[in-house]
Amino acid sequence: MSETDAAIAEICERFGNDRTRLMDIVAAVQADRGGVDGSALDAIASAVGVPRVEVESLVTFYAFFSDRPKGGIVIRLCDDIIDEMFGAGKVERAFREALEIGIGETTPDGRITLERAPCIGLCDQAPAALINDVPVTYLSGDRAREMVAELKQHGDPRKLVHRLGDGNNAHPRVRSMVHNGIRKRGAVIFAEMERGAALRRALAMSPVEVIRDIKTSRLRGRGGAGFPTGMKWDFTRAAEADRKFVFCNADEGEPGTFKDRVILTECPDLLFEGMTIAGYAIGATEGIVYLRGEYAYLREFLEEVLEQRRKDGLLGKSLPGRPEAAFDIRIQMGAGAYICGEETALISSCEGLRGDPKNRPPFPAQRGYLGFPTCVNNVETLCCAARILEKGPGWFAELGSKGSPGTKLLSVSGDCSIPGVYEVPFGIRLDALLEMVGAPNAAAVQVGGPSGRLVGPDEFKRMICYDHLATGGSVMVFGPQRDLLHVVERFMDFFVEESCGYCTPCRVGNVLLRQKVADFRAGRGAASDFAWIEELGDTMKTASRCGLGQTSANPVLSSLQAFRDLYESRLGPDRGDAFLPAFDIRGALAESERLAGRASVVYTGGEGEG
Amino acid sequence: MAAKPRVATASLAGCFGCHMSILDIDERIFELIELIEFDKSPINDLKEFTGRCAVGLVEGGCCNEENVRVLQLFRKHCDVLVSVGECAICGGIPAMRNAVPLKECLDEAYLKGPTVHNPAGHIPNDPDLPLLLDKVYPCHEVVKVDYHLQGCPPPADAIWQALVALLTGKPLELPYELIKYD
Amino acid sequence: MSKTFTLTIDNTAVKAEPGWTILQAADAAGVYIPRLCGHKDLVPHGSCRVCTVLVNGRPQSACTTPATPGMVVDTATDELKEHRKRLIEMLFVEGNHFCMFCERSGGCELQALGYRFGMLSPRYPYQFPVREVDASHPDVMVDRNRCILCGRCVRASRDLDGRSAFQFVGRGPEKRIAFNAADGLGGTDIEAADRAVEVCPVGAILRKREGYRVPIGQRPYDRDPIGSDIEAKAAAAAGAGEED
Repeated sequence: MSETDAAIAEICERFGNDRTRLMDIVAAVQADRGGVDGSALDAIASAVGVPRVEVESLVTFYAFFSDRPKGGIVIRLCDDIIDEMFGAGKVERAFREALEIGIGETTPDGRITLERAPCIGLCDQAPAALINDVPVTYLSGDRAREMVAELKQHGDPRKLVHRLGDGNNAHPRVRSMVHNGIRKRGAVIFAEMERGAALRRALAMSPVEVIRDIKTSRLRGRGGAGFPTGMKWDFTRAAEADRKFVFCNADEGEPGTFKDRVILTECPDLLFEGMTIAGYAIGATEGIVYLRGEYAYLREFLEEVLEQRRKDGLLGKSLPGRPEAAFDIRIQMGAGAYICGEETALISSCEGLRGDPKNRPPFPAQRGYLGFPTCVNNVETLCCAARILEKGPGWFAELGSKGSPGTKLLSVSGDCSIPGVYEVPFGIRLDALLEMVGAPNAAAVQVGGPSGRLVGPDEFKRMICYDHLATGGSVMVFGPQRDLLHVVERFMDFFVEESCGYCTPCRVGNVLLRQKVADFRAGRGAASDFAWIEELGDTMKTASRCGLGQTSANPVLSSLQAFRDLYESRLGPDRGDAFLPAFDIRGALAESERLAGRASVVYTGGEGEG
Repeated sequence: MAAKPRVATASLAGCFGCHMSILDIDERIFELIELIEFDKSPINDLKEFTGRCAVGLVEGGCCNEENVRVLQLFRKHCDVLVSVGECAICGGIPAMRNAVPLKECLDEAYLKGPTVHNPAGHIPNDPDLPLLLDKVYPCHEVVKVDYHLQGCPPPADAIWQALVALLTGKPLELPYELIKYD
Repeated sequence: MSKTFTLTIDNTAVKAEPGWTILQAADAAGVYIPRLCGHKDLVPHGSCRVCTVLVNGRPQSACTTPATPGMVVDTATDELKEHRKRLIEMLFVEGNHFCMFCERSGGCELQALGYRFGMLSPRYPYQFPVREVDASHPDVMVDRNRCILCGRCVRASRDLDGRSAFQFVGRGPEKRIAFNAADGLGGTDIEAADRAVEVCPVGAILRKREGYRVPIGQRPYDRDPIGSDIEAKAAAAAGAGEED
């Protein structure tokens, strides 16, 4: 056995040669060797006892893994629309020039790799990037050049952090330049918390009573879909099994969402308390936090909080006043895949598989992680649950609007003067929010991220809640100077990039829609395209296998609804040449003209020959 | 007697197999001649349109600017434009080059191919030669196409039934056996 | 059998056994629901979405959804048929499907669904992707140009052949079939007789030296649309239903 094989065998051994821990194994090998090449695939496969192609399948699925070696330092530039609006292009150019490489390339000395990444959860401090695990914010071209110089000198991304952020961002286990940007504190998430109070109250009740409280509070999932949490807990409780699991979905990847990052930084105890309560209520003894790879810089800190809770008897083999009830939590790292925010894909990932969603039924509450009943809740939902147990369901139900009780964390970014996280009661009107965040001239707002809706001023009077403008937290503001079709096109780029590719409508449909938006942007739309878009979008919505594909046509569908005039202004003019608007004869001939060194004599620019 | 409707045909980036299939209608060609008059077509070697046509049948996709020009002419002169055969509909065999960069195609064809004898090492570039497009386009991605007759080539019966339907104003509904992609 | 139960498919009461999917119940009743990734000998996959039906009004894939007593299923509303046709068209433009020289032509299930739905040309632009062919195995070849990512080979190789020779790599539009060997298909232990080879619905996995054996006119879908065999059972099933 070669030395590297031995090192890989040791890594696999550390995770018990357990195929369900392939995410951790591959992450460790990736960190160790800069990539998981063919020989590493073989070594992992033989240690874990799976076919080699299974390992390859996983490695090639996640953006943070690679079957080709990368540099010891990987710079991931956030390329979402908000970062682009705030100068990510200049930052990227500066990095490319300073490193003398392009995107996706590694410096000749093999030390530094430059990549793009979709939203890394720092839209309110854009442009931002991840350098290995280290988030760097408020970038500029100059700052990029300085960072490259520093990295070339000391090679340690952690040393790029010269100023620490607020709150726990300055905690010794975090040491990050990230800012929380909490602009408004509400009564549920950002209120003061007495550690253990909610848990003790819950443990004094029976599990059925706990679930009844959650139901009475009418708490609905905060991730976006809004499923009633009490029902989810009830289903999982009702399922008969030896083992059950509570999962916390901390994979917030919806572009423009960063509120879970702030909860994880400032309120981890509230979250873990919520998970423990959920575990008690449904009869689970194991919990897993699926933490998105982009938030790896919070991991050590969260581990420490968990350890402290164990020491304080709030987690572990017995719970306060309930020696028979055990609950513990482990953190599972993600590796750069938006789809893993979908609950069944998240479970697949935890099982050491590609982040493909699973077929439903069975639902996770019946058969989830490793086949056991699993309750997957969003970070914010679990925090709400803890607060409900602490303050009572009636108190919670009084907050917010009728169908949407409680508060909601909104991550606000874009063309506004005070971006950041706002805890507001559900039912707040969008125009009131826009005033609060300093965006009096907003031309459009993307509510709920790309999978949500693009709304125009006509709809600014509508309320943010499940029944009107639903959102998992993302609110992106666009001023009148923005090209909204470009925004839509970038959102479609995102979905093309992040579709898992499992089912036809999502895998193909997103590509087709993106192409169509590009046609419009180039002034090549056709009147018949409107029906074409709506029909394709309808099929994607109806036939896609999971929420990603069911909502990924929304950027186009909702913008077409709210800003049809924008599309109409980009219809191809009738040049009388019989060409379809989307056909571009000049583009089709460009390469040939270049190779031949002569211009077409048939198509000279003033088309219509023939 | 009223003037007979005119029908034009063309082979773009195709193999003329679809035109052969048109001829495969055999003795029905006499009936056809009763029904129509051929305008621009390789069948009568008429090079230019002489007037407005009821139906244009186009074989082959667009691989160069000349194909595009002819297709444009057909769209302009024909009331109903029909893509005939797989090349017109999906690019067909010529579209296999779409997976290869244009430069490599030319190099392979004129410089490096195993059967190439080209001591001068020139890639033909006479101004009379139409420039190639970046890829082979199906006809309906260039101009609006009204009907598609599938097949490689479409069976003579399909072409016959389609023409009769179009010229007599009946709906074009081919039976299962006549819709084949090969 | 006592546990047999009844559900409604397209306004007709049909019988099903516990453990059946909607697709199985429909097949047994002579109602053909088009499918590509689904195969009677394989665990359901639910990826092509062609078998999408309405279950109590909600869209679900018939191949993965268990039939339950009293369930009301619509398999062929105008909207569903239109969705199916669009999905088939998406698959046609996504790959490079040149039927005229494909050995599987006439027996290809994708093509057959195109015929069944009367697809004359896809409404979506051809993508003309660049994909690899692997002919490194002595008896079997894989042409990814024709692959529709249905995963039948993955499941058959794993569950029926006991080899796991195939698996998907990459994601999104980059997703493609890969082999359990560093050096391609030739490095795997698959054999020409493997079920994984046979179950491919299109011409992506082929046995070498076997192409074009069946004359045109006698191939599976030359005369009868795909699904005709299942629909032929309808009369028999109806007859059996009347006896109860």
